[in-house]
Amino acid sequence: MTLAGGSRLPLAERLLRLAAAEGASEAEVVVMATDASLTRFANSEIHQNVYETDVVANLRFVAGRRVGVASSGRLDRDGLRALAETAARIARVQPEVDGPVVLPEPGPIPEVAGAWSRATAAATPERRADGVRQGGAEADAAGVLAFGSFSTSTDGLTVANTRGVRAEQVTTQSRLVTICMGPDGEAGYGEALAVDVTSIDPASVGREAAGRAVRSRAPAVLPPGVYPVVLEPYAVVDLLDWIGALGFSALAVEEGRSFYEPGRRIASELVSTWDDARDPAGTPTAFDYEGTGKQRVALIERGSCAGLVYDAATAGRAGRRSTGHGLPAPNTYGPIPTNQFMAPGDAIPGEMLEGIRQGLLVTRFNYTNAVHPKRAIVTGMTRDGTFLVERGEIVGPVRNLRFTQSYLDALAGVEAVGRERRLLAAESGSCVVPRLRIGAWNFTGATEH
Amino acid sequence: MDHVTERALQVATMRGASHADVRTVRRMEERLSVRTGRVAAASRREDEGFGVRVLVDGAWGFASSCRLTTAEAERVAARAVRIARASARVQRRPVALDRQPAQHGRFQTPVAIDPFQVSLETKVGDLLEADAAMRAAADLAFTDSTYRADREWKTFCDSNGTDVEQEITHTGAAVEANAVDGDEHQRRSYPEPEGGMRAGGYENVRGLALATHAGQIAQEAVALLSAPQCPPGRRTIVLDPTQLYLQIHESCGHPAELDRVFGTEASYAGTSFLTTDRLAGGFRYGSELVDIVADATADGGLGTFGWDDEGVPAQSVPLVREGIFVGYLSSRETAPRIGRSSGGAMRADGWNHIPLIRMTNINLLPQPGMSLEEIIQDTDDGLYLVSNRSWSIDDRRLNFQFATEVAYEIRGGTLGRLLKNPTYTGITYEFWRSCDAVADARSYQMLGTPNCGKGEPSQGGHVGHACSGARFRDVQVGVGRW
Repeated sequence: MTLAGGSRLPLAERLLRLAAAEGASEAEVVVMATDASLTRFANSEIHQNVYETDVVANLRFVAGRRVGVASSGRLDRDGLRALAETAARIARVQPEVDGPVVLPEPGPIPEVAGAWSRATAAATPERRADGVRQGGAEADAAGVLAFGSFSTSTDGLTVANTRGVRAEQVTTQSRLVTICMGPDGEAGYGEALAVDVTSIDPASVGREAAGRAVRSRAPAVLPPGVYPVVLEPYAVVDLLDWIGALGFSALAVEEGRSFYEPGRRIASELVSTWDDARDPAGTPTAFDYEGTGKQRVALIERGSCAGLVYDAATAGRAGRRSTGHGLPAPNTYGPIPTNQFMAPGDAIPGEMLEGIRQGLLVTRFNYTNAVHPKRAIVTGMTRDGTFLVERGEIVGPVRNLRFTQSYLDALAGVEAVGRERRLLAAESGSCVVPRLRIGAWNFTGATEH
Repeated sequence: MDHVTERALQVATMRGASHADVRTVRRMEERLSVRTGRVAAASRREDEGFGVRVLVDGAWGFASSCRLTTAEAERVAARAVRIARASARVQRRPVALDRQPAQHGRFQTPVAIDPFQVSLETKVGDLLEADAAMRAAADLAFTDSTYRADREWKTFCDSNGTDVEQEITHTGAAVEANAVDGDEHQRRSYPEPEGGMRAGGYENVRGLALATHAGQIAQEAVALLSAPQCPPGRRTIVLDPTQLYLQIHESCGHPAELDRVFGTEASYAGTSFLTTDRLAGGFRYGSELVDIVADATADGGLGTFGWDDEGVPAQSVPLVREGIFVGYLSSRETAPRIGRSSGGAMRADGWNHIPLIRMTNINLLPQPGMSLEEIIQDTDDGLYLVSNRSWSIDDRRLNFQFATEVAYEIRGGTLGRLLKNPTYTGITYEFWRSCDAVADARSYQMLGTPNCGKGEPSQGGHVGHACSGARFRDVQVGVGRW
């Protein structure tokens, strides 16, 4: 068994002892181990197929008001000793920071269900190849080609510090992404994310992508402009990703770069979001990279700012307890939500389009980036299935469009929220999201496909 | 050849690999960050491991491990072969590699001052000094001063007899001033927001003179808070190298990657409008002033090396010559499909990833005639755009949109007032065809990014871009509602 699936605590304890021998007043060890496999396919054949096993130990060494961090993949006796010496040397030459350096105290760590799957941990390259073949068969039947990846991984995380924190967990994850493309440039997308690989149906993902590609043939040209949109869950993930990262980090608020103000109305009353790593409907994890138990944090409650995520540093400065959103030290980026949920609404898929005189159904976005972070203005492209909606009906595909849109304005313009939700991969972690109908979306450019 | 490499090659070959290669990599990275006068991060990371790539029955397999033992070499090589056999179950076209002569030798980045031998006190002191200079010059919300040094030792051996060794060092530093007022947040950075990295040692950091430039960017960040919004319209724009390098990266470098053209990056990064028929047809990519090369031999570039991660020697490959699209970034697998030999552009992020076609140093060559200052003087009415703030481009690399940290108005050949939140957008080939001036060698400089994302699992790439600045006519600026 590799360290991803086994116990890493003895290693962490050994490193804490070495830090103490080097004179640490406090210390924190994070051991991250992974066994990860990914089968990639293009033109309906496997073209890349990879496996890695890796272990890294991260040591945060505190010497009074000085902190040094070192990490290493060399975990034999000499390697660990060198790691402790390096972290100590880095700490000792730092200027003292203002105020004491306080590592988290031990606290309750929630029991989380459904974080690990035997089938995912044991998944073979043959199993992934079979999944690729099933998706490819759907593409063949539709006259398009399949492109994508099918991954399975086991990740072990252990955190231990001199204040008594001892936290250890093993999680698994599997993801299948499929884009189907045809000879005339038509494209469609499908994706599934799960803890348990057996809950992913490759044929279903392939069918979704192939069907969308076929419906995307011969797209019309639509001039840029402001249109109402219905966003599929794949596009809604992008909305939550950016809003979460730009606005709901305690460090972003501290530094004045967030739009967040307690109680500020930023979204339609239909919108409620929260971060909850304990929910088995997502990708559960019990604690963060500082060994603090994960808390459920309400971010937006019926349209208004409701809360922030904290790590130990931002919580200490705010005089409160971390919500369990710390990243590995040294972390200058601050805490971020990594397990966001959006509350479902009551609209069934057909109802989402109702009342749209002329608008767009957007499958997903491509290469989005913040143009003005504090106003959450983001630009990006539509991709892999953009459809014109007229009088509440999908009338055909259109070429992809560029948008430059405040995501805050978009949330404020939410008119309907879908009843069904999907678990999907996000830039940071995962999201559970429904479809959304938004009254106005600012498309600012067009492309040639 | 070390024992791990030797054993891995033996096992892979014995188990049926028609081609096998093994890379061992050890990396050391040092990061320092001073945030608003406080040391926010001081860290060093080391890791090492090896990766085995095999071709079996014309299909690829790859496995890697952080444990450098001969027993692990046997396990990992066997696993790579098993994975390749699984790949072969879903394959339509067997992989064929171009023929390359076996390579032997050693490459080392020229380093004048070893960054890992400079004391931490000195490096932290240099950042604290620059950070203090920013905060002394203006009332800022927060500052960020960063330093980074990466060193990679790697060996590459393959079943064809290649055995090469490289030691590559990249070092950089940057300062960033942030001013906030209400919902307005403005940032200025120096030398550019990607961290100022170059190939070489601490001499790069000394050459930047961070503290000398810190005051000006701090004052500009504050001035931008009350500057007028960049108005929409079609304008002449002059791109400073601190923006032009990313325009080259996104709209020339990525679409010239031949794996994208063949669809093998479609599921993540996308494809390319530079299809092979456009190579054969002499597609006009830009104006006659546009000469772009992929040069892995350029001094100081983040894409400079001795051999790529398939053991192909570093070379300079023309991509665009006098505006005509003439070449791709390519590999041993992709180049033969267009009747060429590998251009030596396969690069992997560490021991645990396969090599992918990556940019080397994608350079827009300077043109004799006008300096960058003279181009501005030659511009009656336009905008001078400096330092990238955001970027986005479609999945075929056609429709792009960039924002820069600042725009300076140009009136009658003179730089005028600042404008905030500038953006510009266009279609790649229309934009490059509108280029009517490229600055001469006086402002030609090597820039680059250490954060180029590609592949699944995601890999970060260090790529270089040398350029001197250029002018473009009739470009849409001021995008969106502000």
